[in-house]
Amino acid sequence: MSDDNGHTLTAKDFRTDQEVRWCPGCGDYAILAAMQSFMPELGIARENTVFVSGIGCAARFPYYMNTYGMHSIHGRAPAIATGLATTRPDLSVWVVTGDGDALSIGGNHLIHALRRNINFKILLFNNRIYGLTKGQYSPTSELGKVTKSTPMGSLDWPFNPISLAIGAEATFVGRAIDTDKKGMTEVLRAAAEHRGSAFVEIFQNCPIFNDDAFEFVRDDKEGVNRIALHHGEPITWGADGEKALRQLPDGTIEVCAASEDGVLVHDSSHTEPSLAFALSRVTQGTHGGTPVGVFRNVERAVYDDLMAEQLRVAEKKRGKGDLAKLLHSGETWVVS
Amino acid sequence: MGIKPVEQLSQVIVRFAGDSGDGMQLTGSQFTSEAALLGNDISTLPDFPAEIRAPAGSLPGVSGFQLHFADHDILTPGDAPNVLVAMNPAALKTNLADLPKGGTLIVDADAFTDRNLQKAGYAQSPLEDGSLDEYQLHPVPLTTLTVGALKDVEGVTPREAERSKNMFSLGLMSWLYGRSIDPTIAFLEEKFAAKRPEIYQANVKALQAGYAFGETTESFAVTYEVKPAKLTPGRYRNITGNQALSLGLVASSRLSGLPLFLGAYPITPASSILEELADYKEFGVRTFQAEDEIAAAGAAVGAAFGGALAITTSAGPGVVLKAETVGLAIMLELPLVICDIQRAGPSTGMPTKPEQGDLLMVLYGRNSESPVPVVAARSPSDCFDAAIEACRIALKYRTPVYLLSDAYLANGSEPWLLPELETLPDLTPTFATEPNAGDEFLPYLRDEQTLARPWAVPGTPGLEHRIGGLEKADRTGNISYDPDNHDLMTRLRAQKVAGIASDIPELEVDDPDGDAKVLVLGWGGTYGPVAAAARRVRERGKPVAHAHLRHLNPLPRNTGDVLRRYEKVLVPEMNLGQLLQLVRAQFLVDAAGYNQVRGVPLRAAELADAIEALVDSE
Ligand SMILES: Cc1ncc(C[n+]2csc(CCOP(=O)(O)OP(=O)(O)O)c2C)c(N)n1
Ligand code: SF4
Ligand SMILES: [Mg+2]
Repeated sequence: MSDDNGHTLTAKDFRTDQEVRWCPGCGDYAILAAMQSFMPELGIARENTVFVSGIGCAARFPYYMNTYGMHSIHGRAPAIATGLATTRPDLSVWVVTGDGDALSIGGNHLIHALRRNINFKILLFNNRIYGLTKGQYSPTSELGKVTKSTPMGSLDWPFNPISLAIGAEATFVGRAIDTDKKGMTEVLRAAAEHRGSAFVEIFQNCPIFNDDAFEFVRDDKEGVNRIALHHGEPITWGADGEKALRQLPDGTIEVCAASEDGVLVHDSSHTEPSLAFALSRVTQGTHGGTPVGVFRNVERAVYDDLMAEQLRVAEKKRGKGDLAKLLHSGETWVVS
Repeated sequence: MGIKPVEQLSQVIVRFAGDSGDGMQLTGSQFTSEAALLGNDISTLPDFPAEIRAPAGSLPGVSGFQLHFADHDILTPGDAPNVLVAMNPAALKTNLADLPKGGTLIVDADAFTDRNLQKAGYAQSPLEDGSLDEYQLHPVPLTTLTVGALKDVEGVTPREAERSKNMFSLGLMSWLYGRSIDPTIAFLEEKFAAKRPEIYQANVKALQAGYAFGETTESFAVTYEVKPAKLTPGRYRNITGNQALSLGLVASSRLSGLPLFLGAYPITPASSILEELADYKEFGVRTFQAEDEIAAAGAAVGAAFGGALAITTSAGPGVVLKAETVGLAIMLELPLVICDIQRAGPSTGMPTKPEQGDLLMVLYGRNSESPVPVVAARSPSDCFDAAIEACRIALKYRTPVYLLSDAYLANGSEPWLLPELETLPDLTPTFATEPNAGDEFLPYLRDEQTLARPWAVPGTPGLEHRIGGLEKADRTGNISYDPDNHDLMTRLRAQKVAGIASDIPELEVDDPDGDAKVLVLGWGGTYGPVAAAARRVRERGKPVAHAHLRHLNPLPRNTGDVLRRYEKVLVPEMNLGQLLQLVRAQFLVDAAGYNQVRGVPLRAAELADAIEALVDSE
């Protein structure tokens, strides 16, 4: 697809001359490759695209994308991108963050960005570990995780990033898997089309400090563990599509046979977040399957648009700001 | 009723004090307007309680407003009032110590009830026990008189009638000092006439009744006149520091042609800048009330990356939180102005009170070698120029700049000679639009003169680049761990900031006769009291020189020369000697400090004595 300038872009155009410094086998490579081949599809010129990140292995991402980019400070990327997106609505702004970056030090910025519905896309590379600082447990590590900083196991209950985002009033929430290029591209495409904040959790393998954390879905050729969510379609999975999800009157979700009555039909556009939230509670451990795809995708006023609108209204009501008039406003007097 | 004699005064300091609910701030600011429109020079100092609604009648609930007006140019709101208007016993108790013996004391006699006396900790009424004999005491039953005057105004509750007593006191004071109450009537009309006509009526009636009371009562035998001051000709308006600072930022946006973006989180005494700027949307001003100060600063950095004039405002406890982001802006070499409206004390301290305790924090409160230019405003109206100067440096040198003000400048006011727009500097930055090294774009290739790097904003084709907090290679901006490169970059960042010294005015010395041996060196918000103190010393026939720093980093290039020219140097500060430490370390001069951290502006009289003692000690 050609971009704003009529150029035809390819994945190669999005590569930089910087040597990629992730460990061999790191899931970040697959995400980068998927992103670089997906970007041309958007038809947005490279100069109008900006990647902003915090700190962590994941946060190195902008160095490898031949667009504008900022590798900022730990946890603050959503805040920084908020200033950029609200002053420059003409740009396509992407935030890349890790589970520690987004959910620990930057948790506050993440939830507020989501509730404001700033027009940017947040990609959270979840490896359930602190990679860059060499292997301490993270806010998504399972309880009892043994790491260098938790030799007897971690004591804190983890966040479920999808539940958190939905609870934070996110208008778009999705999940993808680093190695699943097709699935990830679908989610990214929907995220890019969404106006407002789009939050995408990407399961990312860290072979060095938390290898195989997502093995059950990463290497799931038969589809026995991935529950692919598609808007408007019944939620079924399994090698032969024999398993399905069904919602109980109390809102919780149970597994049933695909042939049974009451199989849940996915509705990502429901204004109420209850279903999306219930789906976010479906996990490998509790239900024997892991939903991937778009959980929630609804429209709501976008902060940047509302701000621009207030500026327009003020100018319409008061006229374009006149500095001389402003300085001379209020009671003035002349000394001669 | 005969015409009472008029006594001429060259200056008067009035303090209104009352319960937070008594409307003292409004009374004070209206009296200020009346004085300003009459052509007096003025200087004001509001004194708010930190509590929003402390219990009525209690000592912590007292709110005050001091106004100094004169027939000549004045520099401070005055050390001690000549007249104290106390609306209740608590206000009397907390303010009496400041009123010199013989001063005029006007109190609301009705408010001296047993209950109020008890709340203020008086065992018996000071109006009756002779303890106020040394003052010119005027106990006026303000409440009764006000309620009486309003008995015919329909739709006003007794409580609302009572609350108009501040207007009665304003009317009385206006009469006493020969001020027209017309501006206040106009103000009340604009504020209330449409929405609450009965409140408008009540206020105007109370105001007029107060004025008439002055004419008829036996209590006051004379009235006073303070003639207009001879100020520089031009159009003036009364302005507080935070208003002036806000206007300076809007002006900088216009002068640079860049949209203004403010990231802020509410904090006293900086909040009113956020509130003020939020109301200038027709100027394209975007204000972002962030979730915290870190986000506020971060959003500003993001806006700067996108080509906006980026500002973040706060006070000490919030500025601390911004430190890491300022470090990022130093590495990114993007323009950012961080306004620190200093308040007293570590931690939460005394939020509504001024101090100069943040100087060393803004200079050094970051990891590693991270130089930041620092500009400090010297008076309420000077906040306008200081804001423009901070923006100028930030934009030209692509650097974060700290702008220091304080709680006194923020809320204090003075007449401001309105500037001609043509005299303001052009701040238009040049954005990079093309490759700067053959067909390559090097984001850290510096301007030879300023050492500033190019500012290439997203949206510019061909200049796509990545920046970040990791150390960069010289010129290319790529990540670099090379030892020599880090050494070079550290020095380059330092040189860039140091080089600004050639782009700021030399330090001026006020030494009228040129024969002073003592130099008083101040900075920022103490300008008024320091200059007033120097004047007093000179009036006593003793020479003293005064220099006042606006730029704290870099210091003006002649600072060392100036300091060495004098036998003695005194550095008055509202901290324990922060600038003092700096000049001693940098210039090896044996300067001495004059330090107070009382949460109130320095007192010119006390400082004058200290300076005189130093002059005499030769
Ligand atoms: C203020 C601050 N605190 C701590 C660090 C150290 N630090 C860097 S990355 C990181 C955690 C990164 O974990 P995550 O966000 O999960 O990213 P990953 O490396 O796993 O991709 C920490 C603690 C820092 N850079 N800055
Ligand atoms: S430490 Fe883990 S997350 Fe970081 S680069 Fe290596 S493999 Fe990837
Ligand atoms: Mg991680």
